[in-house]
Amino acid sequence: MLLSHGGEPLRTAAPVVRWTVEQVLVLAPDESSRKAGGRLGSAGPWTGAGCDGSGAVWGLCKGSGSKPYQTVVDTTGPAYKCSCPSRKFPCKHALGLLLLWASDEAVLGPAEVPDWAGEWLDGRRRRAAQKAEPAGGDAVGAGAGPSDPAAARRRAERRAERITGGAQELEQRLTDLLRGGLAAADQSGYGLWEETAARMVDAQAPGLAGRVKELGAIPASGPGWPVRLLEECALLHLLDTAWLGIDRLPEPLAATVRTRVGLTGSVDGPPVRDHWLVLAQYDTPDGKIVTRRIWLSGKGSGRTALLLSFGAAGRSPGQALPVGVTIDAELTPYRGAGQLRAELGAQFGAPVPTGAPPPGSTATAAVAAYGQALRDDPWLESWPVTLRGVIPVPSGDGWQLVDAAGDAALPVTPSALSRPGLWKLVAISGGAPVTVFGECGHRGFDPLAAWADSSDDGAAETVPLI
Amino acid sequence: MPGTEPMPSTTTPWEELLTSALLGTDRRPLAAGAGPGPIALLDAAALHTVRRRAGLRPAAAAARPGTAPADPRPPLPPAARRRLAQLLADRSASSGAGGRRGAEPDLTELIPQWLAAANLRGFRAPAALLPPLLDAARARTDLRPQALAFAGPRGLWLAGLNPEWKFALRGSSGSSLLPEVTDADAVHRLWEEGLFAERVALLGAVRAHDPGGALALLTSTWATERAEDRLMFLDSLRAGLSAADEPFLEQALSDRSRNVRATAAELLSALPESALAGRMAARASSCVNLDLTAGDATVAVEAPHECDAALQRDGVVAVPPSGRGERSWWLGQLVEATPLSVWPGRFGGRTAQEIVALPVADGWGEELHAAWCRAAVRQRDPQWARALLGPPSLPPSNGPGTASLAERSKLLATLPGAERAAWVAGFVAAHGLSEAFQLLGVCPVPWAEPLGRSVVDALDIARDAGSYPWSFSGVMGLAERCLNPAEADRLEVLTTTPDEPEGASPGAAGYWSEAFRRLVSTLRLRAAMDAELGAETA
Repeated sequence: MLLSHGGEPLRTAAPVVRWTVEQVLVLAPDESSRKAGGRLGSAGPWTGAGCDGSGAVWGLCKGSGSKPYQTVVDTTGPAYKCSCPSRKFPCKHALGLLLLWASDEAVLGPAEVPDWAGEWLDGRRRRAAQKAEPAGGDAVGAGAGPSDPAAARRRAERRAERITGGAQELEQRLTDLLRGGLAAADQSGYGLWEETAARMVDAQAPGLAGRVKELGAIPASGPGWPVRLLEECALLHLLDTAWLGIDRLPEPLAATVRTRVGLTGSVDGPPVRDHWLVLAQYDTPDGKIVTRRIWLSGKGSGRTALLLSFGAAGRSPGQALPVGVTIDAELTPYRGAGQLRAELGAQFGAPVPTGAPPPGSTATAAVAAYGQALRDDPWLESWPVTLRGVIPVPSGDGWQLVDAAGDAALPVTPSALSRPGLWKLVAISGGAPVTVFGECGHRGFDPLAAWADSSDDGAAETVPLI
Repeated sequence: MPGTEPMPSTTTPWEELLTSALLGTDRRPLAAGAGPGPIALLDAAALHTVRRRAGLRPAAAAARPGTAPADPRPPLPPAARRRLAQLLADRSASSGAGGRRGAEPDLTELIPQWLAAANLRGFRAPAALLPPLLDAARARTDLRPQALAFAGPRGLWLAGLNPEWKFALRGSSGSSLLPEVTDADAVHRLWEEGLFAERVALLGAVRAHDPGGALALLTSTWATERAEDRLMFLDSLRAGLSAADEPFLEQALSDRSRNVRATAAELLSALPESALAGRMAARASSCVNLDLTAGDATVAVEAPHECDAALQRDGVVAVPPSGRGERSWWLGQLVEATPLSVWPGRFGGRTAQEIVALPVADGWGEELHAAWCRAAVRQRDPQWARALLGPPSLPPSNGPGTASLAERSKLLATLPGAERAAWVAGFVAAHGLSEAFQLLGVCPVPWAEPLGRSVVDALDIARDAGSYPWSFSGVMGLAERCLNPAEADRLEVLTTTPDEPEGASPGAAGYWSEAFRRLVSTLRLRAAMDAELGAETA
């Protein structure tokens, strides 16, 4: 009962359609790489540049030294290799090469793969093929498993005990807080929460630690903070008690609680092969770690999936997919109720840079979907939805997305109001209905991608809003 | 969610929970039923919170802003669209950049060219790129006219929703809000009730369509306009100036405002058939004459002795700026306002060339030639401009006209494009680049072949002389924007790094090679941009 057929990924003979400049630019790890890549995105410094039908792009870039840098990109990954000493990933040469590929067919045309690029490409694709093999042959459940199950179980039990200790301590802290009153929390300042968060890190419960840290910021978050503080305290208490009583929870909810507390969930087959449209990719800094979220929508399955990856300070997360392309790939979902997180498995062929939007719903259906999802995961901040036929409308200091066919509206989240993407959305709408993908939650709707409903600029082009 | 409504609750009201939480359960225990302690409070609050979130309902819709006007222009070809995205992305990324320019093209410098080319071909701006386009226009005033034209009606619609783009709604953009110039009622209404900027734009639009109609519009309210406004309105008559405007202008010569009078006189003097031009010609003829008594023909000058009321009414300013003699000041204005066509008759049928070559008595030559230069510019007379410019090979200080480069570039601007380029090419070939910058600026783009070649040759000579390329960065930048992209292949040979010539500045050869590489890659890029924009119109 496999949805995947494993084995050698298919390689199409037709030339790979080029990405757009925007699609390349979202791959840049930071602003300075983006700028440096832009400067290298013209023919000037490049020699021997070319691409082939399998999605490989290569070129030699003249640097300050005598020997040019060898840059090669496998756009099906995407994966990059460059002989420059940069620690950025992808480096400015890879970005420049992709920009050149995106914008100048005359300079970067189909060619024979040179040896220096071919070796790396072959090695990479061989490994990818091998990786696809066990994923396909491994079937449902078990996974490869640790080498010593007994030792692993002991480690897991020890960690669970520490988390339990942490959760009990946190409960104590919350009850003390409410016994004394939240009004005092305004004065007690950030230090106390920092200390508590550090205790949760010690207890190996990063999920609890993250929530505690956010509590600390609420008293300074402006009018209405007591309401928000009480809500978040209450949800943290709910999570504590859920963990302490996890044995009595049904398994899907228990898995969700484990994930919320901060235990890494396990991927839980079977893999789903589909044509996945990349809806959005964005990074959120979280202390020293950068979290990258990539939203995908399956054309055949209708499923929405989330790829999470993490990058340490100064390095961008390894996984990157250009928004608006469709990849033929396998995704393996994570365990847990209402979980959308998945892991990207084998890819079949190069990404195709077009994709019609997922079927959408109304504003009313969107909040209902969020409400439904809360039944599986009450700690959920938002739920991914696609709105069809909505008009961005200014409303007071903010914006709304209004159902063109009715009077229902979703306010745009405050965090989205300051992003340039909002104006892109308004521009492509021009006051007419559009399709918008985003995260719908109790703070409002956070638009992440849009499609003009009537456009002759290029049919159903995905416009990233973040 | 702000603006959404929670479902009604049947348990302890949220307000009560909140009060208790704020004051603390020790001081304010919850009412009986739920249990008094903090745990009960947290349990109830959690229930409330999840219930509230799960029961969210959409907010009521605010008033819709109305849709953007349709833009019938065709969309950009995909490659050109990608290029624009890259140009705009580079613009926003290049803030805070510094240091040497390197060998890569400066994309920011190419945005104006790209916009001009796209507008020329009549493409519509991609909606998703309107925000960065408006941002670019906000940051750079020189981009605004082209950027706003390209942004079109949807760009204006969008700008109306964002206070940061207010600039787009002012001034130049008024044109898209103007009524049809054939709609007499709407035109009259706007002329009577519009804001000043709208009225200026309206007058310009009507003038372009129907010069007489514009004049009639202006006359209808002339007496009630403020002096500054009269001056601006009068200025709009420059376009399409004809003999039909003379009666109105003649009347404006007795205006209350001195500036209005001077402008009216200036406009009249550009009409060789006007009565004012005739009066000026009569006066100038008594001042400037051919003197054959001394054997060789010379020009004799007798500057006016007074600036009477009639002369002042014809726009001559009586009081000279400090440091200038009264009589030469009056003479200059007189000759400047005199139709150039009267001189051949006064000088025995000589051509402009021959007249300019005549010696001038008593040191009046400089004054007289300068006045002729201004007259040639004002009356847009290429024959006189040609004569006053002289051959390009002549050193600037020995030219027949004036030595000022600003005057020369104005004279050049009256010549046909090809001739302009040829003249500057000759100038560069004879005198190098150091004084050519201003002259290059008035040549049509892309530069004609001989001009391009002489600029590149001059750069090559400067390199051989061992100077640094940044001494020529102004011309280099112009060359990147103005050379014909087809020249790129021919320039390739200059990008190599030759051995340093003796006495050269250290490292100069490398920097030159870099500068030429940038020039070549910029030209290649421009060729690619043109091809992308032309791809679908060809």
